[in-house]
Amino acid sequence: MVPFLLKRLISLALSLLAASVVIFLVLQVVPGDPASYMLGMNAQPETVEALRQQMGLNEPLVWRYLTWIAGLAHGDFGISYTYKVPTAELISQRLWVSLPLAVYALVLSTLIALPVGIIAAAKRNTAADYGIMGVTQFGIAVPNFWFAMLLVLLFSITLRWFSAGGFPGWSAGFLPAMKALTLPAIALALPQASILARVTRSSLLDTLSEDYIRTARAKGLTRSQTLVRHAVRNAMIPVLTIIGLQFSFLLAGAIIIENVFYLPGLGRLVFQGITQRDLIVVQSVVMLLVFAVIVITFLVDIAYAVVDPRLRSRS
Amino acid sequence: MNRLMKLMTTAAILAAASAMTPAFAANTAITVGMVLEPPNLDPTSGAAAAIREVTYANIFQGLTRFDANGAIIPDLAKSWDISPDGLTYTFHLAKGVKFHDGSDFSADDVKFSLDRARAPDSTNAQKGLFADIASVDVADPLTVKVTLKKPNGSFLFNMAWGDAVILSPKSIATEATKPVGTGPFKFVNWVKGDHVELAKFDGYWGAPAKLDKVTFKFISDPSAAFAAVMAGDVDAFPMFPAAETLEQFKSDPRFQVIVGNTEGKTILAMNNGKKPFDNIKVREAVAHAINRKEIIDGAMFGYGTPIGTHFSPQNPDYVDLTGQSNYDPEKSKALLKEAGYPNGFTVSLKLPPPPYARKGGEIIAAELAKVGIKAEISNVEWAQWLEQVFKGKDYDMTIIAHVEPMDLDIYSRDNYYFNYKSDAYKKIMAELSSATEPAKRSELLKQAQKQIADDYVNAFLFQLPKTGVANAKIVGLWKNQPTPANDMSEVYWKD
Repeated sequence: MVPFLLKRLISLALSLLAASVVIFLVLQVVPGDPASYMLGMNAQPETVEALRQQMGLNEPLVWRYLTWIAGLAHGDFGISYTYKVPTAELISQRLWVSLPLAVYALVLSTLIALPVGIIAAAKRNTAADYGIMGVTQFGIAVPNFWFAMLLVLLFSITLRWFSAGGFPGWSAGFLPAMKALTLPAIALALPQASILARVTRSSLLDTLSEDYIRTARAKGLTRSQTLVRHAVRNAMIPVLTIIGLQFSFLLAGAIIIENVFYLPGLGRLVFQGITQRDLIVVQSVVMLLVFAVIVITFLVDIAYAVVDPRLRSRS
Repeated sequence: MNRLMKLMTTAAILAAASAMTPAFAANTAITVGMVLEPPNLDPTSGAAAAIREVTYANIFQGLTRFDANGAIIPDLAKSWDISPDGLTYTFHLAKGVKFHDGSDFSADDVKFSLDRARAPDSTNAQKGLFADIASVDVADPLTVKVTLKKPNGSFLFNMAWGDAVILSPKSIATEATKPVGTGPFKFVNWVKGDHVELAKFDGYWGAPAKLDKVTFKFISDPSAAFAAVMAGDVDAFPMFPAAETLEQFKSDPRFQVIVGNTEGKTILAMNNGKKPFDNIKVREAVAHAINRKEIIDGAMFGYGTPIGTHFSPQNPDYVDLTGQSNYDPEKSKALLKEAGYPNGFTVSLKLPPPPYARKGGEIIAAELAKVGIKAEISNVEWAQWLEQVFKGKDYDMTIIAHVEPMDLDIYSRDNYYFNYKSDAYKKIMAELSSATEPAKRSELLKQAQKQIADDYVNAFLFQLPKTGVANAKIVGLWKNQPTPANDMSEVYWKD
């Protein structure tokens, strides 16, 4: 186990380092100067130069990369060019929207998908199965921003139960904050739940056709006992993988939903950072997301190895 | 599961209850929608219009200011004397003015702010406004004397800009995130990415604001903006991004639609320094190939006033020169032939993100195609536009709205991205900058407008409209946008 962990840790560190170089270089190639963006069309060249100097943009490339990486290593993400506050502060504010939203959507999606998937598998080729498969097919096909707009039309404009968007901040209290995240979470959860339900169903069907299931039935267990004790557990590995993937997706990929509900999340921070050439914010957020994805993958890998000793020896 | 259901029901009821309360309370709070969030709240170190849309006349004040119609009126300077040679301005400051941090405002703050803006290391986006200042001297706590290097007829106008507001040296370091000014509203809170909250300042020196609380909420997506107004989350959206829905708001008695003008002169800019646009006949041909009405209807849903020169139609000195570049494709073809392009030519058309450019660009490309000019569209981001077109002058044509008021002088700048070089025009501008007599200035402004129209420097399209939506009960919002601002000092709810 220890050499396995060590190997994985080294590859994790190397991936992060490679990612940081790529992110930094790509952003240097992108045309556009943050100082001219901030000062607009009427600014004098000397003013732009003064601002570039102030922002440290005139330092050599390698030096800027090294200061950035050195800062990251001890948790200093630098000062945002446009907002003029520490990037770490911006990211943590946004994380307090994106993270709960991702968790909320994931919980919703799992709560819906698992029972639905299990029912579909257990009642294979019945009306219930066909119904569920039809609905989930629809759930995957519907773009989530469109579904989000329908939610807004019904619950915000017509019924006026929810705001059409925005986030009051956790300082406004737990319930108002959760309320603001509810419609976005539902919109995000629908396609994820549909995918997850289908994965659960097919994984469970695979397991149900295994020999040990027949053996369990032969030993005298009822259908539902077999399902719960033997089938569902074994079918969970692919499902967990998908949940892991979905979490990273929800964390980084909610940008469209954030736009529809004008939520101050990480996705919108990156988007804004890119348009305003607030490079320091963009590179730090992207780095953070890369870090999150790599760490989640790392944890999932470890979880496999813990669950299944065969994977350990193979690597 | 049952408990969850109960919890959810409770949450729904609570939610419904909280949604209803504002309707019953006497309303002294307003939520104003804005498309872009300000990057920071210091108007003296960034060009973003959004900074001024939050702070101008609400948090910060200058010596003079723009009123709702663009006239220059006294602000922190309640009056001024100008020396006969036009070189010395003596400003008499208002009494009893306090900053939001409780400290007293005085002539020292004026000196500090103006000196800071014109310092060598200044990062003021409109540093040019202060270029003619030779010195700023404090005569006494309520009198400040500004000496100019040369007479400048637009000095009082310059001092009204959002970039020329008066700040306190005590709070200068934190102005970007916690602005401290002298205005009727003080800064309370900023939830980044979502909203900025202001509250009435009780120590305000002038007529107190009628509202207790103003919240600026940032919604960039047009359909989200529509939903937010419809759902009542936003009470007013002065620069509403979904113009296609305005008809729907007009027919709904709960709302009012406010249509006015901005200072945005939308032009099809041509690179005068590059073939084929170095030929005036070609530029004239382009001007006649363009149907302004079609562009306004197609890209702006019918909102926008056609212009024939680089000047705002709401200005009393505006000359309507649209006839000189009327839509006449036959004339356009003839001119192209005369210029030596009987079969037209191919050029690039770079379009920045706003809908007026992207939608307008497609219409213009189609119109140009009819006279044989093939315009190849490429969409660019703002930062790219600034880098390639504005700074690098690497373009043939582009569409852009110039939003600075009274910016005729850009046509006299060397090395400006139009690449327009005219000594006659420079002469008019030089005379204008030192002319102080109103009749003379008016005459020169008219001459300047004519000169650039005669030279067909650019194709002048339309004045960018200000199309807003608000709750029908809100009174006092600005109709026009003489400068980027959402002045909330006179706004209130009628019963």
